[in-house]
Amino acid sequence: MSVIKELQKASLSPAAGLTSPEKHPMDDFLRMDRMPHIWCSTCGIGVSVNCFAKALEKCAYPLDDVVVVSGIGCTGRVAGYVKVDSFHTTHGRAIPFATGLKLANPKLKVIVFSGDGDIIAIGGNHFINAARRNIDITVICLNNFNYAMTGGQVAATTPADSILSTSPYGNFETPFNLPFLAESVGAVYVARWTSLHVYNQTNAMVEAMQKPGFSFIEIVAPCPTIFERQQKMGDGLDRLRWYCENSEIRTDAGTKEADIRLRDKMIVGKFVDVERPTYLDAMNAHYQEHLGSKYKVYEG
Amino acid sequence: MKADPKGVLTGSHYIDGDFACCEGALAAGCRFIAGYPITPSTEVVERFARRAPLVDRALFIQMEDELAASIAIQGAVWAGKKAMTVTSGPGFSLMMEHIGLAAMTETPCVFVDVQRGGPSTGLPTLPGQADMMQARWGSHGDYEIIALSPNSPQETFNLTIDAFNLAEQYRVPVMLMMDECVGHMMERVVIPPAEQIEITPRRFTKLPPGEYLPFKPAEDLVPEMFKAGDGYRLHVTGLTHDFRGYPAMSPEVQEQLVHRLVNKIRLNAPKIWRYEETGVEDADVVIVTYGITSRVAVEAIDLARKKGIKVGMLRLIVVWPFPEERIFELASRGKAVVVAEMNYGQVFFEADRAARGKAPVILAGHGGGTVHNIEDIVKKIEEAHRCRS
Repeated sequence: MSVIKELQKASLSPAAGLTSPEKHPMDDFLRMDRMPHIWCSTCGIGVSVNCFAKALEKCAYPLDDVVVVSGIGCTGRVAGYVKVDSFHTTHGRAIPFATGLKLANPKLKVIVFSGDGDIIAIGGNHFINAARRNIDITVICLNNFNYAMTGGQVAATTPADSILSTSPYGNFETPFNLPFLAESVGAVYVARWTSLHVYNQTNAMVEAMQKPGFSFIEIVAPCPTIFERQQKMGDGLDRLRWYCENSEIRTDAGTKEADIRLRDKMIVGKFVDVERPTYLDAMNAHYQEHLGSKYKVYEG
Repeated sequence: MKADPKGVLTGSHYIDGDFACCEGALAAGCRFIAGYPITPSTEVVERFARRAPLVDRALFIQMEDELAASIAIQGAVWAGKKAMTVTSGPGFSLMMEHIGLAAMTETPCVFVDVQRGGPSTGLPTLPGQADMMQARWGSHGDYEIIALSPNSPQETFNLTIDAFNLAEQYRVPVMLMMDECVGHMMERVVIPPAEQIEITPRRFTKLPPGEYLPFKPAEDLVPEMFKAGDGYRLHVTGLTHDFRGYPAMSPEVQEQLVHRLVNKIRLNAPKIWRYEETGVEDADVVIVTYGITSRVAVEAIDLARKKGIKVGMLRLIVVWPFPEERIFELASRGKAVVVAEMNYGQVFFEADRAARGKAPVILAGHGGGTVHNIEDIVKKIEEAHRCRS
């Protein structure tokens, strides 16, 4: 019996309880009745889901208050596997859905977990405006450099010269530098890590979730089935080795230097950690100043 | 339950339809509007932006586009608020994907479309009624919605409340199909005291986490709801989903889900239909109309009656679902039908289909930009009368 099947059996069996030796450490966090998941072997998304679970544990938020919102795509499926209130929305629109959720009930801890195509290309307008407003949400963006769910098309994040199904002779467009973009539009926390950096990734998630305002983490993640295969970069493990050899951890780097080229060294680390009033803080302060006692502080 | 008095501006007001819509929303318990400015709907959100900070627990946010506005309201609904968005033609087109999301996830919310002349940018400041079919079928896939059409500021106030109540009753996006004339027309609007306004509360489940299945329908085919943060820790997706809310990629689940989404409106349609009939019993010709066109049609009916033609009117208040049984009854009794609307045949084709050849059905339509010329409707009444005999 496969490990997954055993886990499934354990989570579904009536004997599975807090004292059960068969209980998996992720039981409380994952919808085990939905396993096996759809992600490919050595894909980076599962690593980040694991890091996210650890980060939530470290933050000690009541899981009842945590909401995960995803868009469409491989990473868009995260919402379906985490055992918290979760919303799998439309392509590119996870951030405005999360905005409505957070503003309607500010007590919720809202995390947008989605891919680069979803958040940055089709959803780019929402990304820049939510960051500008400093909506108090955390955006975790898995960047695998391509549209993987649809079979590997070129993306707004694809490094130059990458071969993909809609860039068959190599990509000639200039990709987004996500930390630079996030900083320039007002994100109060910006970090980039890879699927190799599980501790840093987890810590970044903790910091981002604890930071009031719009926090952004880019996770560079392998897509061995498509991206790495097409670029002849080996499998997921080879890619992790590549990350190990080519990631330059910096604490002082400006986001402008954070461009990603296909086979060059890549800067990772925390780029931005600043204070700025959140949307609701700014709104409440503004209305209190201008409307005085007529205004009752908005708390949801 | 009764309306929360904090949102009800009881009294007699001289306001336009757009303002009346805003007051209707507040009276209905709407505490979240995400909007994006577009003529001729902007006054609705302008008023809400002024009113919201002074109404307890209300919030207005102007989003970056209509895509964002139409999904931010759904986030707010799943956090427990009553919410709506407001737009006109081009913005309504952008909202279509999220009308589908609301239909699929059974998110109760209200979309207001103050119709202007189209297609495309069309006539931003002038009226149209050509978004009616878009309101019904504009998103991809199969689903049913409810659409209402007011013909005065007072009725806009009333129907905005009804739109929220229907959205909660059937867990469906409800379209309030106004037009530029009704939106910008100023008339007396009487807002009753809160205790006279009936509000349909959200159908929250009473079952505890573990027992509750979020998409298992009740007897009327509508499932009970939960909200984020209540401890249910459930999943909501636009993918085809089973009773648990889990994605299920099979024709069987698709059939179970989509057929129910369609049937919860179709089978409940007789409870939802609303129309107003005037002089229909003795009429040889019945004008079927809605919105501002119904007010022009009244003049045409007077003129035609003076010419000796017995004309009545069936004014649609709920346009979708369409009262096809009533149209069939009237046609079966030999009454010719004239459909007056500001387009080249949207409700007309539905009326023609519903009459099933029992009586002539004639369109009095035009492309929008102004209300009908009264004489043009009279000519169609005369034509229908001739066809009938």
